[in-house]
Amino acid sequence: MSEAARLPAALEPRLQSRLPWRLHPEAMAGLLLAGPAVLALTLLLLLPTAALLVLSLTDMELGGPPLRWIGLANYAELLGDPGFRIALRNTLVYVAAVLPLSVALGLGLALLIEGGTRGRAFFRAVFFLPVVSLLVSMATAWEYLLHPTIGPLNRALAAFGIAPVNWLGSSDWVLTSLCMIGVWENLGYVVVLFLAGLTAIPPELRAAAETDGARRGWDRFWLVTWPMLGPTTLFVVTITAIRCLRVFDTVATLTQGGPNKASEVLLHEMYLEGFTYFRIGYSAAITVVFLVVVLGLVLLQTRVLERRVHYQ
Amino acid sequence: MAGISIEGVRKSFGGAAILHDISLDLAQGEFLSLVGPSGCGKTTLLRIIAGLEQADAGRVSIGGQDVTRLRPADRDVAMVFQNYALYPHLTVAQNMAVPLAMRRLSVLGRLPLLRHLSPGQAAARRGIMDDVRQAADMLAIGHLLDRRPGQLSGGQRQRVALGRAVVRHPAAFLMDEPLSNLDAELRARTRKEIVQLHRRAGVTTVYVTHDQVEAMTMSDRVALMQAGRILQIGKPRTMYDDPASLAVAQFLGSPRINTLPGTVDEGRVVVEGLRLPVHPAAADGTGVTVGLRPETLRLTPAGPLFAAVEHLESLGADSLLHTRCGATPLVARVPAAAADGLRPGEAVRFEADWPAALLFTAEGARLAHARAMAHV
Amino acid sequence: MNTAPTRSLLADAPRLAVLSLAALVVLAPYLFMLSASVKPGGEIFQASLNLWPRHFYGWENYHKALTAVPLLRFLLNGAIVCAIVLFFQLLFAVPCAYALAKLRWPGRGLVFALVLLGLLIPAHVPALPLYVAFAKLGLLDSFTALTAPFAISVFAIFMFRQAFKALPDELIQAARLDGMGELAIVWRVILPNAWPTATAFATFSVVAHWNDLFWPLIVIQRQSMATPALGVLFFRSQEGGNDIGALMAASVITTLPMVAAFLLAQRRFIQGVATAGLKG
Repeated sequence: MSEAARLPAALEPRLQSRLPWRLHPEAMAGLLLAGPAVLALTLLLLLPTAALLVLSLTDMELGGPPLRWIGLANYAELLGDPGFRIALRNTLVYVAAVLPLSVALGLGLALLIEGGTRGRAFFRAVFFLPVVSLLVSMATAWEYLLHPTIGPLNRALAAFGIAPVNWLGSSDWVLTSLCMIGVWENLGYVVVLFLAGLTAIPPELRAAAETDGARRGWDRFWLVTWPMLGPTTLFVVTITAIRCLRVFDTVATLTQGGPNKASEVLLHEMYLEGFTYFRIGYSAAITVVFLVVVLGLVLLQTRVLERRVHYQ
Repeated sequence: MAGISIEGVRKSFGGAAILHDISLDLAQGEFLSLVGPSGCGKTTLLRIIAGLEQADAGRVSIGGQDVTRLRPADRDVAMVFQNYALYPHLTVAQNMAVPLAMRRLSVLGRLPLLRHLSPGQAAARRGIMDDVRQAADMLAIGHLLDRRPGQLSGGQRQRVALGRAVVRHPAAFLMDEPLSNLDAELRARTRKEIVQLHRRAGVTTVYVTHDQVEAMTMSDRVALMQAGRILQIGKPRTMYDDPASLAVAQFLGSPRINTLPGTVDEGRVVVEGLRLPVHPAAADGTGVTVGLRPETLRLTPAGPLFAAVEHLESLGADSLLHTRCGATPLVARVPAAAADGLRPGEAVRFEADWPAALLFTAEGARLAHARAMAHV
Repeated sequence: MNTAPTRSLLADAPRLAVLSLAALVVLAPYLFMLSASVKPGGEIFQASLNLWPRHFYGWENYHKALTAVPLLRFLLNGAIVCAIVLFFQLLFAVPCAYALAKLRWPGRGLVFALVLLGLLIPAHVPALPLYVAFAKLGLLDSFTALTAPFAISVFAIFMFRQAFKALPDELIQAARLDGMGELAIVWRVILPNAWPTATAFATFSVVAHWNDLFWPLIVIQRQSMATPALGVLFFRSQEGGNDIGALMAASVITTLPMVAAFLLAQRRFIQGVATAGLKG
């Protein structure tokens, strides 16, 4: 510092361009303020993720023999593992059922709420309630609701002459039941996001549509509301899809993947392999598949669809 | 025949009255400006004509047909919005085609995929595109047809909004401050173009603006609104020269009309101790206001109005001379040469075009000149 | 301009009817949970659709729920975990977000790229290696294990960076002229001016960690360390699902804190979770 101070004035800019940040207190501050977070980010997220990729190429088992490098053998095993294939299939079925149902119902409810002035805050709060509720507890409540003999749902169906259904206990129905709970759980989130999207539509566009001859609400929906909701819809679909892919709590609480693996899903399969059987390497491979599916979805959002919903 | 007639329209929002008993008649092909300060109710009145708001009471007729209960889509009016309200996801051509498609195509024909299945719609769609192209050429936006509104400048968007309105030959145009988002130069040019467009199409037009210059230069008639009431309707020139009240006189004209409060004494008005050669039709002792337009004042050494110069604003050919006559501010628009060399504090004297002076009662109602004026 | 005029109640009736029906379906689990939590076992097994109990058995059910497992301890654990997590998330994320938003330093672009990369990785992905590490370090079954993985939230960094970017530079320059150091600027000037973002993130973080089951299930074996979500699982396995009344009472108790907070500060909650979601 003292040496720099004695340098001829003409040299100073050259020195600065060579050592841009050593002379800048702002650069020092930036590094010091970001440093702890970067360290934590590396230690707790980036390194473990990298380690996961490495582990998925080993046969590591907790408390087992020293790990060996086995290349893609775990992935090869996944391909032939009926348990994993069922879990992957069930997860995709779950997404394919819960996603469109919650988006469609959520959009419908949001339009209804927005369509009048009465009860807006009330209904919004009611539909949002499941999002903030402890899912394990609410799954327990659902279990009672869906109980084959003493559950209120079967009891109510009996009033219409419908035979009791073993909602969570039969392999025919268990995935359907979990999907029902999934829609219930995600609906409020979708409603709130669509409501935010709806209020962002300039009211003049709807006025313009009316003077342009869009007589029916149906016409105005297709002319203005639906296209203007494009970015919101895309976001809702991605976020809900990822939330659905992560389905775990209801399965872990209610079915443990049963009966007969009929409700096994990716994360629960990964949990079983990794933390119950301690087959770390194999579980890591399942996690990588999960990560790839999530990343694929995000990529789909940004690359393919984004171009079609932002109108610039 | 598509004039517009409004009878006894009232509207209030949550207890606050926005429009009090408005009545108004437009002849077929007339261009009427609704002008007034913001919050005067002009936009609400326009939206009631469009059917976007329901009046609490009163009737709206277009072309002799009562449309009070009709939806906007059934009124055959086109509206140009302040922020243009173009559909951002549609191209310019598609934007302009919307009002035609809504009227000429079936529900099936408007759906993006199913329209190929519906017979007879192809010809209708070709007809729509022909009309769109014709309207676009008229507005010189033919080269923009495939762009989206987000790729256009403010002026281009404004034209597209106009295009969407003219393309379907509606019974009436309703325009809500369509120029307020443009810069000064573009505003002046578009003003002229809207007038030409109106002449060519001959469509009855209601034009809402807060800008008196727009109202004065574009309209056949001007309706000046304030606090939910129409103060006066008339030709721009009449409104300016023969205003019904002080409020109208003050709103129209830039710089504002000079108002000199005084009292009547021996048939003449005394302002700031000066006896002016105006003779109001009012009894001695009553308070009156004399309105003098800045351009009616002349600097003369022998004028009856004494004032002290405050400052000088040069407009080029003319200068605005800000002075004070006693406590009353007085602005004169004089030839630049006449004001040369005047310094603040200097005393000047004005003569005025006294017969053109506007007289008002203390409450602001118009007051006639008395016959005695002839003797001056 | 108000474009949605208030319709007459009659015209609004179909809309309200559909919404009310949907609301009833959404609320059904809550209603039956509450109802069963105050019914004796015999009544529950009669499977009647009556919500109101003939014999009020609430005291017994709730007493059992609170004594069979240390339910209040679980709630306390949950609160401690949420508090620690939020504290460290803010401690790490806020200065970093400030540095990313307002300071120029070498490597800023790279760090922001890492943050964006981090946003793409779900919390389940690093779980396995972290578990192995915690096991090797003998840290399982502790608050450290429960909270450490969440000490850094890339999401918080991203959200705060967006909020800080919107603050005027003059604010920081004025604070520097007043003699404040960068750390003081972060906590005393920047954060108070981004308060809506801070509360939004706080609600989002607390809801997420209160309700989390996956990670506590992995690292906690000892009952006394359980969070509410895990506690309900412990209760279920202990009771074998036979005493439904007490199970429902336990569910009510564990659900209540977050739901009550939500009902008290609805707007903030919805805003928090929705904007947090929107920015992700």
